[in-house]
Amino acid sequence: MDRFVFLTFDGLVRGVVLAAFALALVLIWRAARIVNFAQGAMAVASVYVAYSVTAATGSYWIGFAAALLAGLALGTLVDVAVMRFVDHSSPLNAVIVALGLVLLLQAVLGMTYGNEYLPVAAPLSRDALSIGGLALLSRYDLFVFAAVLVVVVALALLFTRTPVGLRMRAAAFAPQVSRLLGVNVGGMLTLGWALAAGVGALAGMLVLPTELGLHPNAMDLVFVSAFTAAVVGGLDSPAGAVVGGVAVGLILSYVSGYVGSDTAPIAVLVLLLAVLLIRPNGLFSSAQARHV
Amino acid sequence: MTTELLSVRGLTAGYGAAPVLREIDLTVHAGSITAVLGANGAGKTTLLRTLSGLLRPSSGEIRYDGVSLHGVPVEQVVRRGVAHVPEGRGVVTELTVDENLRLGGLWRRDRAAAKQTLAEVYELFPPLAQRRRHAGHQLSGGERQMLALGRALMARPRLLLLDEPSLGLAPRVTAQIMGLLRRLRERTGLTVLLVEQNVRSALSVADQGVVMSLGQVVSTADAERLRSDDELRHLYLGF
Repeated sequence: MDRFVFLTFDGLVRGVVLAAFALALVLIWRAARIVNFAQGAMAVASVYVAYSVTAATGSYWIGFAAALLAGLALGTLVDVAVMRFVDHSSPLNAVIVALGLVLLLQAVLGMTYGNEYLPVAAPLSRDALSIGGLALLSRYDLFVFAAVLVVVVALALLFTRTPVGLRMRAAAFAPQVSRLLGVNVGGMLTLGWALAAGVGALAGMLVLPTELGLHPNAMDLVFVSAFTAAVVGGLDSPAGAVVGGVAVGLILSYVSGYVGSDTAPIAVLVLLLAVLLIRPNGLFSSAQARHV
Repeated sequence: MTTELLSVRGLTAGYGAAPVLREIDLTVHAGSITAVLGANGAGKTTLLRTLSGLLRPSSGEIRYDGVSLHGVPVEQVVRRGVAHVPEGRGVVTELTVDENLRLGGLWRRDRAAAKQTLAEVYELFPPLAQRRRHAGHQLSGGERQMLALGRALMARPRLLLLDEPSLGLAPRVTAQIMGLLRRLRERTGLTVLLVEQNVRSALSVADQGVVMSLGQVVSTADAERLRSDDELRHLYLGF
């Protein structure tokens, strides 16, 4: 029983980070109808920026802020300089371009930093705190929960309560009509990319201290897990992304704990396959088509 | 002597190799209601889309308030006072009534004035006020038309481009919409360019009728003449 509780909490922490990452994917999907296959590489690039800044300044938190800013900047750059020019007549085009970006980013990072695993320290203790006699969560885990909660709430408020959020939603739902109403649809799209990349960078910063180390491919598996989470929840649904993320995190934890850590990625892929076969629109998607 | 608010000369536009609009000439005077009539495929919707900038013309001139609209991005057109309610109304169904309306006025710098306009729109359309938190997809056809109109009015336009407002609506609701256009014209001097397949309704409020066929203007006449001149009506409007 203890093991189960421990694995559950561990899965929740992992799940919450996947939820944030899946949210970033859903953000771009809703805005641009593209699955951003470069999200993982963009996130890891942002973490490398944090690594350099922390090394230069000696401060984790300045590096953390730098990662978020790098994410925002990279997202803006990718939309304005690359995705803007992609022919959207076939969805495959954006996928191929994104994969090309992955190759480019990972190659540049490898050339700049080398291919060894660089150590990334956590800002808070990763020793488990004793809660009711059980060693469950560490200070760092609590920080992860808090960070993701803040981001999710902030995004929700942004989209539902601010004029910018209204413009972004309108631009995503009805771009032509929005232009007629004076909305700068292109600008809103770029903003969506920037925000998504920023959230991805945050997810990267949160997860990497728990991994083997910083490496150009370090976020690849996280991307696959988060992509699965987003698909499970329904690519159109932010709430689905959060639930999907937590679900995938739990599955990863249980499979790692009870079967073996090598089997965990397979379990994720099996889940993806199952969802795509049984309910391809995701568990949370609305079945109805968009009426005008 | 009223001013020419909109002046179109030699406008040619299309979506591919063959032009849909061919050398269109059109004049709309301020404070008037002009009906654009004609069969399906005549190019009426394409005309409105070219005026609001959704479609770039291949040649010709569009002058609004004496200034050329050439190269003006779509997002800027509403800021100049031209509101386009597109074919199908364009109600954003995922947003609520209130969000749709507010969206129409978001570009306005004067937030207090925009809030005032929102209150006026709710007064103009009581059914919208009652359903302000409902999502767009929950509205009936008539309510969606009101919403699309109200949203366009949020911009305080001088020129309203309306594409087939009567589509799918009951005759009584259509009459209400037409009556509203007339009242708006009288109260605020609003100029309306109205594309309609429902010829009778359109001519009941219009000052001028422009008949299009196969991308060209075949007749421009006072609405009165179109209503009363049987031969003209028969020839171009089929009844």
